[in-house]
Amino acid sequence: MTVQLEQFREQTRAWLEANCPPSMREPIRSEKDIVWGGRNPDWAHPDQKLWMDRMAERGWTVPDWPTQYGGGGLSPAETKILREELKRMGARTPLNSFGISMLGPALLKYGTEEQKLEHLPRIARGEIRWCQGYSEPNAGSDLAGLQAWAEDAGDHYVVNGQKVWTSYADKADWIFCLVRTSKESKQGGISFVLFDMASPGVSTKPILLISGYSPFCETFFDNVRVPKSQRVHDENKGWDVAKYLLGHEREMISGMGLDRAGGNPLIEGAIATIGLDAQGKLADPLLRGQIALFEVRMRAFSAMSERFLDELKAGRAHPAQPSMMKYVGTELNKQRHELIMAAGGSDALEWESEASTKGARPRAWLRTKANSIEGGTSEIQLNIVAKRILELPG
Amino acid sequence: MPLYLNDEQTMLRDTARDFVAEHAPVRHLRALRDAKDPTGFSRDLWKQFAEMGLTGILIPEASGGLGLGHVEAGVVLEEIGRNLTPSPFLSTAVAAVEALKGTGHAERWFPGIAAGEAVIAIAHDEKPKFGRAVALKAERAGNGFRLTGAKRFAHQAHAADLILVTARTAGSDTDTAGITLFAIDPKAAGLDLRPERLADSSLAAHATFDGVEVTADAVVGEIDAGADPLGRLLRAAGAGASAELLGVGAGASDMTLGYLKERKQFGTLIGSFQALQHRAAHLYSELEVARAATLKAQQLLDAGEPADEAVAIAKAMTGLATTLAVQEGIQMHGGIGMTDEYDIGFYMKRARVLAEMFGDSNYHANALAEAAGY
Repeated sequence: MTVQLEQFREQTRAWLEANCPPSMREPIRSEKDIVWGGRNPDWAHPDQKLWMDRMAERGWTVPDWPTQYGGGGLSPAETKILREELKRMGARTPLNSFGISMLGPALLKYGTEEQKLEHLPRIARGEIRWCQGYSEPNAGSDLAGLQAWAEDAGDHYVVNGQKVWTSYADKADWIFCLVRTSKESKQGGISFVLFDMASPGVSTKPILLISGYSPFCETFFDNVRVPKSQRVHDENKGWDVAKYLLGHEREMISGMGLDRAGGNPLIEGAIATIGLDAQGKLADPLLRGQIALFEVRMRAFSAMSERFLDELKAGRAHPAQPSMMKYVGTELNKQRHELIMAAGGSDALEWESEASTKGARPRAWLRTKANSIEGGTSEIQLNIVAKRILELPG
Repeated sequence: MPLYLNDEQTMLRDTARDFVAEHAPVRHLRALRDAKDPTGFSRDLWKQFAEMGLTGILIPEASGGLGLGHVEAGVVLEEIGRNLTPSPFLSTAVAAVEALKGTGHAERWFPGIAAGEAVIAIAHDEKPKFGRAVALKAERAGNGFRLTGAKRFAHQAHAADLILVTARTAGSDTDTAGITLFAIDPKAAGLDLRPERLADSSLAAHATFDGVEVTADAVVGEIDAGADPLGRLLRAAGAGASAELLGVGAGASDMTLGYLKERKQFGTLIGSFQALQHRAAHLYSELEVARAATLKAQQLLDAGEPADEAVAIAKAMTGLATTLAVQEGIQMHGGIGMTDEYDIGFYMKRARVLAEMFGDSNYHANALAEAAGY
């Protein structure tokens, strides 16, 4: 067993060395360096496509999915080795997508064979970019209060309503969406449907955020026709799918501050701005102490992340544990960016200059403030931990 | 290797949990304290630990031990922590065993440790805060050495059969080279041990070495190269203290959650209040993260991989998490948390002592910062 895994590690390392272009081992510097795939991909560098395609060919964009759905069919131990080897060489993630991190796991659990075969391989190859239609203007933390209405019209639904905070809806090809199919019951009247964003009646409107960017949209549905074959799981059972998917979303968000390829921008930035004293210590002792204690928490959380993934793959994780991970991971990521701003001083305030890469630091700092809101606020996660893990009353 | 306990380790945990809870629950500590017990721990209990094989958990099978690893030692230490059991387990079965492993002293001491007869203390600290500097001098004298200087916070040294002492044989106080580790008889002439009762009712000695003469046999490992066995000792003790601290935090947290589920105010259980639920959930998160960091350090030690940083992360994080656990413990218990009659205060006291042992959170955070070049 161990011998086989060691062999797998050697082969994996050799293949990655031969196939990961050097440019894809550079640290991610801006949004453009992140690959999302889709019908209209925005390649910032030709190597991005090369790297994605090579990995997809082996099924390694989704290494632990079954091979018939475009995955690599790797065991948990092999998946872990691949992750470690990618991290070791500082390789960028070949393909980021809500299809991989959110919809895929939900389809694997709740989808029909036809749905799996139709959607999963295209997710694995980066051909379709997905967005998530969950929140509505009056359904945020109280998500199950959503009202987008899917009228039964025989073999299809007619969907009307509005979603909000739909990440990259203006760039996405398809949407997985929660709609109301019954008013009898709050959670028990929700269905989970998939449809093409090019369908007649779908429109999107980007929302300008405090970062100056518009990663989120308002999304409007005006008599959108959705075949019932595109409903995942039973009618009015969409909340089960939604919750399962939310667990995966929280897992994804919790890892936002982790596994950054190459270097530590906080420490390097602090040294560059503030400098070291004669003993080789950061010349601002109070900031140094704050960074040092932050690093303890971050690195301990990195171990927690490893433990959580191992437990998850082995079916040993508490079903509500993603809430704990999301809470800790996002609070740490916000703290990291507060420290990056403090370390950067007035340099980190520049919003448009070339030197600041058009304000990369302040915009990223502001963006992280959403981490503890999106996918369920920190307070909602603490509620879930208190009730479902600690079994506190009320 | 997955980062969770395997089936054998889980079984060991269950066994240790039952054993420690049955034989040494918190009232065992309370009884020793109330009696002002001059030893500070029970030698009978140490024997019982040995009968279970636990004192030899890190001793190789060939030397009469169980031949298990740091994960398994940590499993036992967590239960010791959870029950606040006064025990020489950390210093003797973990720190000393690892320091002596592979040296000439192993053969002499391992059987006694495995049998629950020998207790070994560590005398390293010279200042009120833990550090790597060693000033206590060991000068050549005939075939051996003469030791002059002072140590402090030598936990349970007054009751030990052997004391491991770090001394300076070359170089200046802060050099890593030039430290030598000595194994010294507590009854040696010129060695004065003055035990002081600590806040948690355990005893730690101030040790004064007034020209204590030892033979060359007392050297553990090589002369001037004490950094080797000391490194093993501090890594093992750091991971072990993390596990014990984690147990203290888990015990305090369990007790507090229990209280939230039974105490009523305003006509309802106080655990239904969101203000307390959020704090309890935050505490749970901190302890889970600390548990992962501790297990990571133990696994790296067992795999023989570099573990200095992982141990530092574990000790720093368990220090932070358990300090929070005992503070929330007393606050959420309200007035009765302040009474001596209730156990939660004992958790706070033990947590404070363990947090200082082998370096507190700030010490380790600083060490990590230095290693990272800032």
